[in-house]
Amino acid sequence: MTEFTETFTEPRKKDRVSKFNVASILLIPLAAILFQVYVPRFLTFLSYLELPLLVTVYFALMRRSPVAGVLFGAGIGLAQDSLSSHPLGMFGIVKTLVGYFAASVSQRFDVQNPVVRLVLGFFFFFFHQFFYWVLSRALLGESLDFDPQQTIVLGMLNAAVAVPLYHILDKLKITG
Amino acid sequence: MELLLNRYRNLTVLLVAILAQLVLLAYQVKSNGEVRLIRVWAVTAVTPLARVIEGGRSSAAHFFSDYFVLLDVREENKRLKKDLDRISMENQYLRTELDTADRAQSLAIFQSHSPSKMVAAHVIGNGTGTGARVVIIDRGSTSGVQKGMAVITPAGIVGKVVDVYPVSSFVLLITDPTFGAGVISQKNRVHGTLKGQGHSTVQVEYVQNEEKVDQGEFFYTSGDDRIFPKGLPVGEATVVRQGRGEKEIYLTPSGFQNGLEEVLIITEGVHVAIPEVPSTNQQVHLQDPPPPEPGAPQAVTPAQNGPVSDADRIVDRYRKIGEAEKHVYGERAVIPNFNVNPDEMKKKDDEKKSDPVKKQ
Repeated sequence: MTEFTETFTEPRKKDRVSKFNVASILLIPLAAILFQVYVPRFLTFLSYLELPLLVTVYFALMRRSPVAGVLFGAGIGLAQDSLSSHPLGMFGIVKTLVGYFAASVSQRFDVQNPVVRLVLGFFFFFFHQFFYWVLSRALLGESLDFDPQQTIVLGMLNAAVAVPLYHILDKLKITG
Repeated sequence: MELLLNRYRNLTVLLVAILAQLVLLAYQVKSNGEVRLIRVWAVTAVTPLARVIEGGRSSAAHFFSDYFVLLDVREENKRLKKDLDRISMENQYLRTELDTADRAQSLAIFQSHSPSKMVAAHVIGNGTGTGARVVIIDRGSTSGVQKGMAVITPAGIVGKVVDVYPVSSFVLLITDPTFGAGVISQKNRVHGTLKGQGHSTVQVEYVQNEEKVDQGEFFYTSGDDRIFPKGLPVGEATVVRQGRGEKEIYLTPSGFQNGLEEVLIITEGVHVAIPEVPSTNQQVHLQDPPPPEPGAPQAVTPAQNGPVSDADRIVDRYRKIGEAEKHVYGERAVIPNFNVNPDEMKKKDDEKKSDPVKKQ
């Protein structure tokens, strides 16, 4: 078999679609939300860890389908909204956009690569925080502070957590 | 049309999802309505898990600390902490009452006003979102909790209930940027509005530069917001400076001093007066009087240790009678004769001592 035929018979690495069982799809986001609800009570600095966002990005990247990304993002975002004090839809809209763009990006890059994951983790954290701030001001009229420097630092920390987290989540894949 | 939708399927799904959520947001903002069903689902899914994890964690922690490290001390410490919290609350109430009126009046007020009714609750989780200033407590509508109720600790105010579910509630902390409450300073009685900052300090707004607030001054709830009863401690002013038209006052909240594990929800609040600032009771050094001028009549000065008032004279007389009749007050003995003249008795005793022959 030549290299040419190999290229066309096997799907390219960056085109592989990963599949998960239903339990993983339901329990991983729930665990991420539960982590955000419970753990920062004892370890305050972990409140800056946006695990629901990292999980949204991961599923969107792995499924490579913008529709699936939108549904993941909207679902996780609305669940997160339900456990916050602000109106439903704020996290929902932002995470919907994150899911869509992450899935779109995944069609062009090799998202198995740790460096790509690190960069995407950072980029989507910053995007999420910035867009949330914009929506809070525009839709709710809230005057929240947005500190770009702090967001960059937190983005790097979240990206650093994303790489090993995604490596662990890779073990739960059925295919791809 | 169908072809167009198929071609732009992804974009269509995205737009539909965002539009649906925008409508949901608009509905909530416009009508101030609550989409309760979705929230109830999420809370029902998460709260029992959080409760189980918290139960497991606290049981494991208690097991190790109770049986291996501090067998009895742990229990005793818990009991003492509970007592201390109760006494702090009582002390706060009594201090405010006693400081504002005289003893009899404050006792009458204390008897006529029962203190606020409260429900104790455990914090079982945080609200979602980066740097969330919302906590979840394990008391809900079944325990009589209602939206808008004040949440405090014995050390000060903590927040207010913003959402109530059957067995849990959401508490918006005073550090949240959307939180507001009426406050008043202890010393200068300056009114302001407490606003959260999203971090550990809170700000008091709408205080004019002309008004006087000292650094270190304590702030209490004013009761204007109809959430917190008047007279609850809020925090100490750590930063006070002139701003553009308004003072910039930052407080360190006192309610979080001992962590946030157990809180009290005020179900029936009682307003109390703001305690007065304790007067400075420091001793003042007085210089000795100047020596009299030669030839000038000697100034009459009150005796340093002698009786000054009628009460002092009576005490002095009883003390002398006690000494003359060798009676110790407080002991069960023959009651001394209070009609005798203690000075004459002492004179007779002295004569007897100086002339023992005559005595025989």
